[in-house]
Amino acid sequence: MVNLQTTLSGIVLDNPVIPASGTFGFGEEFARLYDLNILGSISVKGTTQEPRFGNPTPRIAECTAGLINSVGLQNPGVEKVVAEELPRLAAHFRKPVIANISGFSIEEYAACAARMDGADQVGIIEVNVSCPNVHGGGISFGTDPAAAAAVTKAVKAVTKKPVYIKLTPNVTDIVSIAKACEDAGADGLALINTLLGMRIDLKRKKPVIANKMGGFSGPAIFPVALRMVYQVYEAVQIPIIGMGGVSTADDVIEMMLAGAAAVQVGAANLVNPWACRDIIRDLPGQAEHYGIRSLSELIGGAH
Amino acid sequence: MRQGIFYIKENIQIAPDMYEMALEGDIGAITKPGQFVNIALDGLYLRRPLSVHDVDAAAGVLRVIYKAVGRGTEVLAGMGAGETLDMLTGLGNGFDIHKAGANTLVIGGGAGAPPMYWTAKALRDSGRKVTAILGFNTAAEVILQQKFTDAGIPVVITTADGSQGTKGFVTAALAELPAPDYTFSCGPQPMLRAVYDALPNGGQFSFEERMGCGFGACMGCSCKTKYGTKRICKDGPVLEKEEIQW
Repeated sequence: MVNLQTTLSGIVLDNPVIPASGTFGFGEEFARLYDLNILGSISVKGTTQEPRFGNPTPRIAECTAGLINSVGLQNPGVEKVVAEELPRLAAHFRKPVIANISGFSIEEYAACAARMDGADQVGIIEVNVSCPNVHGGGISFGTDPAAAAAVTKAVKAVTKKPVYIKLTPNVTDIVSIAKACEDAGADGLALINTLLGMRIDLKRKKPVIANKMGGFSGPAIFPVALRMVYQVYEAVQIPIIGMGGVSTADDVIEMMLAGAAAVQVGAANLVNPWACRDIIRDLPGQAEHYGIRSLSELIGGAH
Repeated sequence: MRQGIFYIKENIQIAPDMYEMALEGDIGAITKPGQFVNIALDGLYLRRPLSVHDVDAAAGVLRVIYKAVGRGTEVLAGMGAGETLDMLTGLGNGFDIHKAGANTLVIGGGAGAPPMYWTAKALRDSGRKVTAILGFNTAAEVILQQKFTDAGIPVVITTADGSQGTKGFVTAALAELPAPDYTFSCGPQPMLRAVYDALPNGGQFSFEERMGCGFGACMGCSCKTKYGTKRICKDGPVLEKEEIQW
């Protein structure tokens, strides 16, 4: 028997597989397809203080082994998320969830976190300082160590729940941002968010996406994500949730060897709605194949 | 929604760049005309959504008609009988034919014409009087005329260049017909808008948008309606006339 359990800030997960924010909504579409309780946790749709429609369409462009999205944090606002979406999810999922929050100011991050702090279902607050799709939005906080630290402190001040900062890969040195968050009191880190990318429509000779650029995700970015998790693991003591192109049980194992304590699955959910179920099903067999008895013992094993 | 492996029974060219594919498999999740399937193709990351043209429930066969306009549809056009496709089926809300009155019109423009065939047949089978308008750019592109006629559904063809049928867009044919009490439409957005403006009574309109997942998870195809934000793939692709916000 392979032990799939892993721990994030004292929260024991049955397995390390977590659907990533923005690819799983609030779970409703997937609850019709399989029992969500097989998942380690769920990182729910990125939430802002006020409701947002998001960016104009087209918001999606295909790439080799991935896609670009420019959804732009479409969400019903934190009040509705806490009052309606989380209770609806609770009917399908009895474990602690990861609340993903975004903001346009440090005050907004704090307000969102304070509201999420009051939701019993929320096990971890994941602070998105890395959305590439919102002008003046989270990414400006995620590309500067001092700003990332300021957001971390502001969120930590209003909640007792573990705070994980979700980092952008669109920086010269992700390690310095990671360390700044750790020094500011972050309980953990989640990385990576999408890579800023674009496509041009050859017939129209204009960008495919209305907002011109967007966040690139999918299997194509896995090596970049893995490398960054590996680098950050060497520099910090706090747990890392690894993500970026994870699509198979082998990818999960590889991410954990790089240093991830848990792993999020994003784009794969969009092309195979059963992707997380399939990965969890395959994990014990693949672990056994590589002579692994306990996944948590693997964390950082490649260093 | 279901995932299934479908066998291609045939894949034939029916007009320049237009193909009709018959697929055999579990069609149990497809319940309404106007729904779509989402097809995985080798070497392409995202699935390709195609509206259902027709369903033969007894034989377990569905048909799609598509225009080879991009990488996905070109790959599809190159496939043949006996090959298999991984598809998600039963996607989208589809047309609600129960809202139609006794005198119903279906309108399809170009690549939006195929789903109107099953829609028209379902309306016919429900005892309603159905007439169809199908609009194309030119005579060479005209498809489905014989199928509609064979199904006992009167069809008016329009072509933008006047090379067949009524000259002009689908709205040009509206003047030739008695005013319908309800209309079902699928086609390019300018056509939908023109039909919306021209018709006094209610109707349903099937929209197109670039999709990520096709089942409501990614919010890639959201649109604003009078009743709030909707996802074209999940809450649509069919919107009712009174909720549309242009």
